[in-house]
Amino acid sequence: MYPRWLWPTFAAPGVIWLILLFLVPFYAVIGVAFGSVDPILGFAVPAWNPANWNTGWVTQVLGELAPGGIYWDVAVRTIEYVVISLAGCALIGYPVAYYIARHAGRTKTLLLILLILPFWISYLMRMLAWVNLLAPDGYVNRFLIWSHVLTSPYGFLDGQSSTVIWALIYGYIPYFILPLYASLDRIDRSYLEAARDLGASPFRAFLHITLPLSKTGLLGGAVLIALPMFGDYYTPNIVSGAPTTSMIGNQIDLYFHGGPQPTIGAAITIILSTFLLILMGYYLWTIHKATKELRSI
Amino acid sequence: MSESAVSAPQSKQSFSLWQRVSGWVVNPWGRPRFLVLITWAYMVWAIVPVIIAVQFSFNDGRSRTVWQGFSTQWYWSNPDSIWNNAELRDALVHSLTLAAWDVLIAVPLGVTLALGLARWRSRGSGGANFLMLFPLVTPEIVMGVSLLLLFTQLPPFTHIHTGGLAQVLGHVTFSISYVVVIVRGRMFSIGREYEEAAADLGASPGVALWKVLLPLLMPAIVASAAIVFAISIDDFVISQWLSSGPSTTTVPMEIYDATRAAPTPATNAIATVMVIVTLTSVVAGFLVWRAFTRGQHGAKQSTMRDFAAFDV
Repeated sequence: MYPRWLWPTFAAPGVIWLILLFLVPFYAVIGVAFGSVDPILGFAVPAWNPANWNTGWVTQVLGELAPGGIYWDVAVRTIEYVVISLAGCALIGYPVAYYIARHAGRTKTLLLILLILPFWISYLMRMLAWVNLLAPDGYVNRFLIWSHVLTSPYGFLDGQSSTVIWALIYGYIPYFILPLYASLDRIDRSYLEAARDLGASPFRAFLHITLPLSKTGLLGGAVLIALPMFGDYYTPNIVSGAPTTSMIGNQIDLYFHGGPQPTIGAAITIILSTFLLILMGYYLWTIHKATKELRSI
Repeated sequence: MSESAVSAPQSKQSFSLWQRVSGWVVNPWGRPRFLVLITWAYMVWAIVPVIIAVQFSFNDGRSRTVWQGFSTQWYWSNPDSIWNNAELRDALVHSLTLAAWDVLIAVPLGVTLALGLARWRSRGSGGANFLMLFPLVTPEIVMGVSLLLLFTQLPPFTHIHTGGLAQVLGHVTFSISYVVVIVRGRMFSIGREYEEAAADLGASPGVALWKVLLPLLMPAIVASAAIVFAISIDDFVISQWLSSGPSTTTVPMEIYDATRAAPTPATNAIATVMVIVTLTSVVAGFLVWRAFTRGQHGAKQSTMRDFAAFDV
């Protein structure tokens, strides 16, 4: 009933916008990373023509990311922080999502509202909250001294890896729980009843039915929070600020906002994006599949 | 093993406190109570620190960690309060202005893109779909770096340079996808029947689009406007990378700088204002959505779900 040209015309402004302000900017990063640096003034001289690309900076950064290089420690630390935070999110998040999806009953709506609430509280506010709590005379230290766990205030904010990981878990766990909840909520209970009728223990039923069927939600949630965590620099800066807890994002931030060396910053950004492209691809593919199913209904 | 079997009969009275607590928690026949405990403990952990931070915005002293009585001085009267400190006030105004521009540009762009992507079937539509989803999963620092280099290095974009305009362009770029996802979800759920009925009754394509489809999409459009407003207010990374200095500082940037320097309860106060603005906008969006979709098929269960599932 609609003319054929109508829908592409509707899509055009948005698509053009995204090409100009999402795709072309990547070309800007490539141009700078594969460009050169002015030998006297030190500013970036981008190379927009692929024929003039100079791979020197990118290969140099890659070399420094290898064992023994100056970014090796940061890269390893970033992966450690992300992996430990993901494990923490899964350990806390799975029982919560499972309970809300299966057993919450009349409290389900209330719990869902509480679950969504942190989404709409600014990330910076939630970090500020912990900076207040973990300060030397904050509630956490005063409670620990009151209960005789500590005798003097502990410097939670003085560059502790554990504080950074704690903050990462706190910051990102809402984004992990929600997709997990959605996938657990979708599971058809008749599968579980069948398993129980056939003699499976509750634990076996969980292991063979619930866990495999929630795999997409688990992996989707993990990828969804791993991506921003790999690019995070503000969380370590807010709750620690020490170079001993800096992540790869801090390194990029430093090359742009510290002593500006955009060429190296751009080179690290390109390497990071290439690495993350695998995760992004996986996630987009699952969304794409889900959208296709929606369309086919 | 045998000992426990022997002692079982008289153990009715002699349950220790620990046994009673652990028995209540891991009761295999009733509701899984240890899940209840974990869930509520998680909720307290997730929400209470923020409530404490809000509480300290009303502190009657300069401390954000020691309670010295109730006062609203960090909102109004103190020279460093939101009202009197020009830096904080400007940041608040700038954040709100940025969010308003973001809504005004991103919502129309997103709605038309959603219409196009939901119905357009040809080569190219798959690629456009993928392109639309990418900003949702790209780490913000990557978008920040690339937009910064675009506006400072690549002609002719260098005319824009960093600053308020660059921030608006950046915010719209990450907001469009949210609008598309929400509006397209609504399109899938209402189907084509209403428009086809209108066409059968003699409506031209323009009328079917304007008088039938658009009103049906209204709840999604309002909801996406509310959500775009909220994510724009809360955004830190893109605003920071595209800022050109104090005149383009947003509230999250103020909080970030303050936590690293010497914050006063005024920081908590402005963060509280930001939380209130965000929550008000989202709740208003939710109420409008519910009012519009009331009485529609399956509305009751799906309202919450549709609204919760905005991010996939």
